[in-house]
Amino acid sequence: MGADLEPILSSRYGVTDSHRLAVAERHGAYATARKALTTMQPAAITEEVKKASLRGRGGAGFPAGIKWGFINAKPGDDIYLVVNGDESEPGTFKDRTILNLDPHRLIEGALITCYAIGAHTAYIYIRGEFAHAIAILDAALEEARAKGYVGAHPFGKNYPIEIFTHSGAGAYICGEETALLNSLEGRRGEPRLKPPFPAIKGAFGMPTIVNNVETISAVPDIIQMGGEAWCNLSRLALRDGGVRLYGVSGHVKKPGVYEAPVGITMRELIDVYGGGMLHDDRPLKAVIPGGSSTPVLRPDRMVDAPAEDHPLHEWHGKSEIDVPMGVDTYRALGTMLGTCCATVMDSSVNMVDVARNLMRFYRHESCGQCTPCREGSGWLQNTLEEICEGRGQPEDVALLVDIANNMMGNTICAFAEGTAMPMLGLVRQFLEEFVEVAAKGLPEGYRHDDSTRAAVETNEVTS
Amino acid sequence: MPFALTAERDKQVEALLARYPNTRAALIPVLWVCQRQHGWISPEVIDWVAQRLDLSTASVKGVVTFYTMFFDKPVGEHVIWVCRTLSCDLRGGKAIQEHLEKRLGCHAGGTSADGKFSLMKAECLAACGQAPMVQIDDDYHENLTVESLDRILDSVTSASVTSASVTSASVTSASVGSTPAQEA
Repeated sequence: MGADLEPILSSRYGVTDSHRLAVAERHGAYATARKALTTMQPAAITEEVKKASLRGRGGAGFPAGIKWGFINAKPGDDIYLVVNGDESEPGTFKDRTILNLDPHRLIEGALITCYAIGAHTAYIYIRGEFAHAIAILDAALEEARAKGYVGAHPFGKNYPIEIFTHSGAGAYICGEETALLNSLEGRRGEPRLKPPFPAIKGAFGMPTIVNNVETISAVPDIIQMGGEAWCNLSRLALRDGGVRLYGVSGHVKKPGVYEAPVGITMRELIDVYGGGMLHDDRPLKAVIPGGSSTPVLRPDRMVDAPAEDHPLHEWHGKSEIDVPMGVDTYRALGTMLGTCCATVMDSSVNMVDVARNLMRFYRHESCGQCTPCREGSGWLQNTLEEICEGRGQPEDVALLVDIANNMMGNTICAFAEGTAMPMLGLVRQFLEEFVEVAAKGLPEGYRHDDSTRAAVETNEVTS
Repeated sequence: MPFALTAERDKQVEALLARYPNTRAALIPVLWVCQRQHGWISPEVIDWVAQRLDLSTASVKGVVTFYTMFFDKPVGEHVIWVCRTLSCDLRGGKAIQEHLEKRLGCHAGGTSADGKFSLMKAECLAACGQAPMVQIDDDYHENLTVESLDRILDSVTSASVTSASVTSASVTSASVGSTPAQEA
């Protein structure tokens, strides 16, 4: 099911040279921006986006139309649109497809959004590793400028809009919106205290809307179809609208990015879109639903919602992976939808090793501003290294929980929660495995890491 | 030796400065221009950038050291970033890293004795559906096996004279999208 739906967001992905303006325009690009800028009032655009129930695609799921409404500029303020293309949450690889395959959809969305929120300048911040994507987008912007779609009079309208790319240089934390703003302003990517929120005081001290690449890319279709029609494409319509890009990676036969309505189940994502488990004799053990910061689900864990007013009552007694994937449904499940890019793990995987892999990531990426995060992420990693190598103590499992609990709520940004929540989720879902590894270390096959590395014949430059 | 950008690259700096309401915001893009010319961000580069953008050397250095892609020491002719995060690990990323260490004779963080390759461990590079993968200079190489990686390294080594001069601006559509775009 689902597999025969007409693609909307990814409708131009299969078109040869879809990144060229002439090709994209033959397939519908810029018609909606022309209509929006020449025939619609900005408030009417925001109203359609509100009706669409477009939940932010960067991970937090905040309703985009409501966010736009927070702009309350004073006379003389320059309003900015900043598009977040940092895409660095482990397991997430969807925005890259838009940047590479359909940059004009993003540019068109940025034009409409700038007009709706009163901005004349947009910066598209893209992680530095995406050098090709930046080059493609820069070339697409050049074409749009040459056509006059970006510049002083887009579509003849006396409403100047400039759009620039801005390259990052390698730092996960720059996906956090205020760290991203610091990075845009030429500073270290350290998150800012909130409030003030960016809509009040963002880029260069001015009112700023920060939206994910996919969020902005959804705007043209919303305006073209009408917010309500777009919203109703979702299986969870009204609260969580439209279609979105799903990613699936790890132990599936067909990893990749797929467009589907909001509200398919994880089981569908894995079996229908992902082509099922990679090895037929290794069943699904666990799945991280939407990037590494979202707590893990397991298929043999059933939804416990006997009360009739529980938001998940409809799925009481069913597997966690049979709950529709939505911002609110997943929150009720005790996890998060995040970026909607799932990491699938089969029965061969040891979950303590997964925890170690992820905590190495968080330790490396903590910006270091706040002590609980800087020290906590390192302490979690160290403890897991000891446990994995067979030097653990039974009480180390409680220590992991204690460290994680002391990180939460004690820092400037949500990075600490993004570290602690998956850690706590892993322990909660796989407690027996943690207790076993704490007592005995990882099974023998898992320890090859350091011993094989030591066998490398070293003749490296040491300067 | 004091550092200076070529006249052509300095024009790029002028264009970058015009994008922002203040000069500081051009810092990261300008550092990229410098690194593409010089190969790394040397103390002389930091001095030059600080003067060009009217910033203190300390604050420029603070930015350089925050971001993993700015090299604060010289690197090999090519830089290989091998992804170690979960999705790549699940699909054999460790074997890719170990093979690179053996072939190049250096651990992650080091440079091969011939100066051709520096090997770096990378955190998730957002190509999880094409795991395992490495990034070599600006290029992603995906769905790797040890054999396909060897072929790629052979071609990079033999083509290094020409490919060293390729910049990201010369990208063509050939580099776009190995991702299955939508449901098959």
